[in-house]
Amino acid sequence: MLTLLVAALGMALALLVPGTASAAGESVTGTLQTSRSGPIEGVEVTVETVDGTEVQSVDTDENGRFTVPVPGPGQYVVTLAEGDLPSGVDLGTNGDTVTVTVGPGRAQPVLFGLVDGTSNAGGGSIEAVQLLVDGIRFGLLIAVCAVGLSLIFGTTGLTNFAHGELVSIGAVIAWYINVRGGVPLVPATIIAMIAGAGVGLLNERGLWRPLRRRGTGLVAALVVSIGLSLVLRYLIQIVYGGFSNPYADYQSQRAVDYGVFTMTNRSLASIVISVVVLVLVALMLQRTKIGKAMRAVSDNRDLAASSGIDVDRVILVVWMMGGALATLGGVLLGLSDQVQWDMGFRLLLLMFAGVTLGGLGTAYGALIGSLIVGVFVQMSTLIIPSDVKYVGGLLLLIVILVVRPQGILGTRARIG
Amino acid sequence: MSDLIDAFQVAGKAFFGFQAIFFALLAIGINVHFGYTGLLNFGQIAFAMLGGFGIAISVSQWGLPFWVGVLVAIGSAVVLALLLGLPTLRLRADYLAIVTIAVAEGLRLLFRSVSATPVTGGTRGLSAFNGSFIALAPWDTQKRYNILGTSWSGGELWVALIGWLLVILFTLLVWQLMRSPWGRVVKAIREDEDAVRALGKNVYNYKMQALVLGGVIGAFGGMVYAVGTGSAIPDQYQNANTFLAYGALILGGAARVLGPVIGAMLLLFILQFADTGLRALISNGVIPDTLLSSTDVAQIRFVLVGIGLMLLLVFRPQGIFGDRREVMLDAR
Repeated sequence: MLTLLVAALGMALALLVPGTASAAGESVTGTLQTSRSGPIEGVEVTVETVDGTEVQSVDTDENGRFTVPVPGPGQYVVTLAEGDLPSGVDLGTNGDTVTVTVGPGRAQPVLFGLVDGTSNAGGGSIEAVQLLVDGIRFGLLIAVCAVGLSLIFGTTGLTNFAHGELVSIGAVIAWYINVRGGVPLVPATIIAMIAGAGVGLLNERGLWRPLRRRGTGLVAALVVSIGLSLVLRYLIQIVYGGFSNPYADYQSQRAVDYGVFTMTNRSLASIVISVVVLVLVALMLQRTKIGKAMRAVSDNRDLAASSGIDVDRVILVVWMMGGALATLGGVLLGLSDQVQWDMGFRLLLLMFAGVTLGGLGTAYGALIGSLIVGVFVQMSTLIIPSDVKYVGGLLLLIVILVVRPQGILGTRARIG
Repeated sequence: MSDLIDAFQVAGKAFFGFQAIFFALLAIGINVHFGYTGLLNFGQIAFAMLGGFGIAISVSQWGLPFWVGVLVAIGSAVVLALLLGLPTLRLRADYLAIVTIAVAEGLRLLFRSVSATPVTGGTRGLSAFNGSFIALAPWDTQKRYNILGTSWSGGELWVALIGWLLVILFTLLVWQLMRSPWGRVVKAIREDEDAVRALGKNVYNYKMQALVLGGVIGAFGGMVYAVGTGSAIPDQYQNANTFLAYGALILGGAARVLGPVIGAMLLLFILQFADTGLRALISNGVIPDTLLSSTDVAQIRFVLVGIGLMLLLVFRPQGIFGDRREVMLDAR
């Protein structure tokens, strides 16, 4: 997973800058980069024709890019000076020499396939620590999204399958403001969170409150939420498209070395933001009037109502808070994994795993459960391939249900 | 105007094609789960995927005969039902819902992963496993036949014939089962589980039997689909299909023997009509390209199903034929 090849980026850049230098337009180009080192500057790249005549030799620039104009279409041998690579970055299976065929008028991308040692470290302690830190970041992110899901379940009894779409909508709104609107990501996220709270409000006022008034049963509401999830998910795909796109800011960051693990500053920021937000949520639940009211409604709705709590208002606040938190989680996820139309739905299953593990309907349970799921999913890549790591998280969910169905903080009575 | 007639014809074919059979079988299975027993199985597509891949892997990877492949498919559906049911059937209804949807998505991710590619063919899937089945057709499968203005290949007709026979078979089976003592117990579990337990019935066992039965019917749906398309690709088994089947079931009427069948035919007709109709409107310029491009039309069907599902549950949960009192809406 961490073995970022030069592939994707080299391709993209090559398409963006077609043959800038040569009159005929043919050139070879590429980007040297791995996930841990970031772009690699100052590596000598030599281009020769197949019979050994040197065309040109250049150093990569601060973005790790190189472009060498070539005299015409044909085969060229591109060689990289291995000694210039920083420590920790090694040549991949392609070795230090790549032969490419340049078509007429093409800027031919060259893929060296550098590795930063993370994928084949073979379960050393550093690898485990690295995954642990990554897992904590991911788990906190799940928790930010899942707190709303758990509180909505606690206060209304609704198993909201459309919660993942709150995550996607938030991330996509932030993407439009950030990339299309040109607003820096931090203010864009804050605007998107307000919009996300608005989406939560619309959810409650436009759909769920009327349904509660009609006396719609919980199972019917559950299926309605699935319908809503389908509608929203595919509308997002129609509006936003099926591609994944990054945010405009904080993309080309170099990982900072902390001794036993490395982390980009945006991952560090993601952890700090999640922790601060979750602590604020916990303080709100413990100390403020509305927070206490939320816990009271979760605990016993009728009793709360008869002791003078405006239950509908509490539920409305829970929805708005859930929407805003889901948006924040979506932006954090988009920052690490890019923005995609179904990112929320895929996260939803892990949110359910986290919420179930912690105990359905308990706010703190959602926090602990999500953290465990996040760490488990990332650490499991020590053993299983990373493209099936979500499967591991889902298996964990099933094992929990067998061993302790009420979850860590849940009470036996809730699961019937 | 001719576009409209075209749309009707294409949609008319969808009415009887193997896609309608696929959704009918999925929905019959869900009817056993949700309609009669009150189990919220949101992972029906996983059973279908095991059905399709059961045949595909057995025939094209292991070189087994087609009929052994069918047995493998049924067997794996039974195993999946047991695995799903063991941890969840003692718990509240929404736990089964969460686990089934999670397993369906997890299995799809597993089947399309790089490490599973030697067995499942990864994202490209498997093909060339239905030859011996198509060869059984009593007519020439290479020729094309015209029926009511729609054109079918011989192979398509054969799959559709066997598929509809399966639908009829399972409909009759469900009809007889639900008139039997077993069916009465299962329906009673839907209404009041504790009361049934008080009568000395083993609720857990009955639920498990219903889960296995519905799952196997769903697996047959997957087999028809895989044989009909001639290929098994993990991404064909998106979990949205489970909800298309739920839409079909609720449209026709849950806890009704013919509900899922009529519902699936109607749903496919509506979707295909909307699909072709929208494409025609876009290519004629009635709907401007900026509003909706023809590539977006494929997504529209899920939006329509989602809206339909919500409206049906809010305003007419019993669907066309159902009885409101019999629709499980208030699980604990």
